[in-house]
Amino acid sequence: MTDDSHIEHGPPGGDELPRPVVKRRRFNASLIWLIPALAALVGLSLVINNWLQAGPQITISFQSAEGLDAGKTPVKYKNVVIGRVNKIHLSGDRSHVLVNVALEKSAESFASKDTRFWVVRPRIGLGGVSGIDTLLSGAFIGADVGDSNEYEDEFQGLEAPPSVNHGAPGRSFTLHSDDLGSLDIGSPVYYRRIQVGRVASYQLDKDGKGVSLQIFVDGPNDKFVTRSSRFWNASGVDVSIGANGLKLNTQSLATVLAGGVAFQDPPGPHDGTPAPEDNEYKLFGDQATAMAPPDGTPHYIRMRFEQSVRGLAVDAPVEFLGINIGKVVSVRLDYDEQKQRFPVLVGAVVYPQRLGAAYDKLEALAKAHGENPDLSRMIGRLVDHGLRAQARTGNLLTGQLYVALDFIPKTPKVAFDPNAKPLTIPTAPGSFDKLQEQMAGIVDKLDKVPFDSIGRNLDQTLAGLNRTLKQVNGETLPAVRDTLHGVQRTMGTANDALAGDSPLQQNLGATLEQVQRMARSLRVLTDYLGGHPESLIRGRRPDAKPADVKPVNTTPAAIQPVQGSKP
Amino acid sequence: MSALPRASELGLIACTVCGLVCRNVPGDARLDGDGVGDDMACPRCGTTLHRRKPDSYVRTWALLIAAFILYIPANVLPIMRTASLNDVDDNTIISGVVELWRAGSPNLAIIVFTASIVVPMLKFLALGTLLVSSQRGSGWARVQRAKLYRLVELIGYWSMLDVFVVALLTALVRFSVLSLVEPLPGVIFFGLTVVLTMLASMSFDPRLIWDGKDTDD
Repeated sequence: MTDDSHIEHGPPGGDELPRPVVKRRRFNASLIWLIPALAALVGLSLVINNWLQAGPQITISFQSAEGLDAGKTPVKYKNVVIGRVNKIHLSGDRSHVLVNVALEKSAESFASKDTRFWVVRPRIGLGGVSGIDTLLSGAFIGADVGDSNEYEDEFQGLEAPPSVNHGAPGRSFTLHSDDLGSLDIGSPVYYRRIQVGRVASYQLDKDGKGVSLQIFVDGPNDKFVTRSSRFWNASGVDVSIGANGLKLNTQSLATVLAGGVAFQDPPGPHDGTPAPEDNEYKLFGDQATAMAPPDGTPHYIRMRFEQSVRGLAVDAPVEFLGINIGKVVSVRLDYDEQKQRFPVLVGAVVYPQRLGAAYDKLEALAKAHGENPDLSRMIGRLVDHGLRAQARTGNLLTGQLYVALDFIPKTPKVAFDPNAKPLTIPTAPGSFDKLQEQMAGIVDKLDKVPFDSIGRNLDQTLAGLNRTLKQVNGETLPAVRDTLHGVQRTMGTANDALAGDSPLQQNLGATLEQVQRMARSLRVLTDYLGGHPESLIRGRRPDAKPADVKPVNTTPAAIQPVQGSKP
Repeated sequence: MSALPRASELGLIACTVCGLVCRNVPGDARLDGDGVGDDMACPRCGTTLHRRKPDSYVRTWALLIAAFILYIPANVLPIMRTASLNDVDDNTIISGVVELWRAGSPNLAIIVFTASIVVPMLKFLALGTLLVSSQRGSGWARVQRAKLYRLVELIGYWSMLDVFVVALLTALVRFSVLSLVEPLPGVIFFGLTVVLTMLASMSFDPRLIWDGKDTDD
């Protein structure tokens, strides 16, 4: 409005055209440069920010880039993104892929020497399914950082996730085994059938003679691993038939399929202090061997059998007086030029410690004698006392042999070299072999028996016998029956005759009475004749006394029965 | 052209808002926008009167340079994150174009490429050309340059296509777990670039095209 008054003044001042109002200029044109300056500042701050944010660039090599995507695949640690794959390219020799990863600034420590990287993909194994979420989100690279402070930007990617994360509570231990069996990385480790750990890694021993396994036992259960713990391969089914019947022993079903390791302390007194990290153990084949008392150092012995050892296999037991002290490790054929024979060389490994107290005593005794308590010396003395190796039959059904070290009485002396390497133990023919020889002799004799003609004769004889028997049955036996009937009748008659109330019996009693009377008369007669022999001629004298009359009376009576009995 | 009298020669100045033509005040103050001094105002509407837009070259240059600076992060930084079930994808402008081309819609790709890459670049080039040629007072193809300026003015806002796409998608696609579209910082820089180029073209005074060396400017 103030300007309006100005306009009024304008026209009269000059032409018909109005004059503009003159004002003080407030704006400085150069201020516009603030805008590009600001833009530059923003741009610069972005660059600086980017530069500050950028962590180290590392290269990880993998077998394949399956599932990896340049610019997208993240690198995660505990599910936090710590970087991203930048670029993927083949290695110079095309054997693997090199994955370029830009780590974040905050993840700088991951570019250190013992960091491990692996690709997390869905994995389905016997032990379970892992990484299922990556089915939806896509594969990512997992990382596990170590302790090292040493900078490193080239890594060898793992093909499988490590089973143990760095810094996880627990301890790792080393197991030595002859072979891996069905174990694998991630196979469970059981303590009293509870999973307490897993197999972390394995590798062949440098000499190729065995396998070393690293297992990791999670805390706090790692304290159950003691210095004297025994580890055994728990995979498979352990079937044993004993006096108690059939016994089936397995760990979990997954173990049967995928394998596993179990451990426990041995029974009896033992060292119960927790084992230190990376303690080394032997991995036994099964629980029974694991729990057996320690074998001590093995000794290799050799035996030379002159006869066939059919049925003697590697792993056949070697027994000393019935106690298993080792096993056969080799059976080989040899040739003896002098005798033109093929002896069999049997190698075996024995564990003298299995003899227990006996071995200790022998050792002590040898020391007391001032001898070298060496196994070879000891065996030498035992050989002098008749120790011999024999291949004996362990199983009559299968004919399997075992080697028995036993004292054979009356065995011929042999030369024994205690310094020989390997130690050679003299052998004796097995009891079975002797038996075999005897059997052979018997068989030889049996061979000479004319079984054919015997058989023929026997056949004829039997035919004759058959005929005879038929005759006997058909003809003789009825006659015999008739005879027996007759006998029976006769016996019945006799029975009747002999019965107490039979007339014969009564007659016989009366007769005997008469005979008795007659005998009495006869005695009187003889007495009289004794006293009066003349009466035989003169006859009887008249009785002088009345007393003598009685015997005279009796005499005719006595005679009478005699006379009477005579008929 | 120089045959025709110019407003300055006639001592006249017009108000750009209400169209009032005033008598120029020579000598009172320098009026061609170069220096610091007093300003004239329209006696009717109070709008500041300029013979040409004040500091046109400086402002246009400054804004153009600022736009160009911001155009770099706009292209380098991703402008959009599309996350679907198994994929998280950060796209810059050019990678989005490539993806569209690969996905089998080349026409769409061309449209986005034109709107987001070609047009801003053309604007930089066109404005740069106009500025340089005008500053040097060149009389070369003045009519075409004037047409070019009008074209730049016209297509200015269409470059915002990308920003619109991102804004629309972000608003529409929100199935949180299944798929998601998020704007990323690049889109801000791109928007700023477009705005600054528009401001730059606005602050350029097309009358400068006609101010040749033969004139007093």
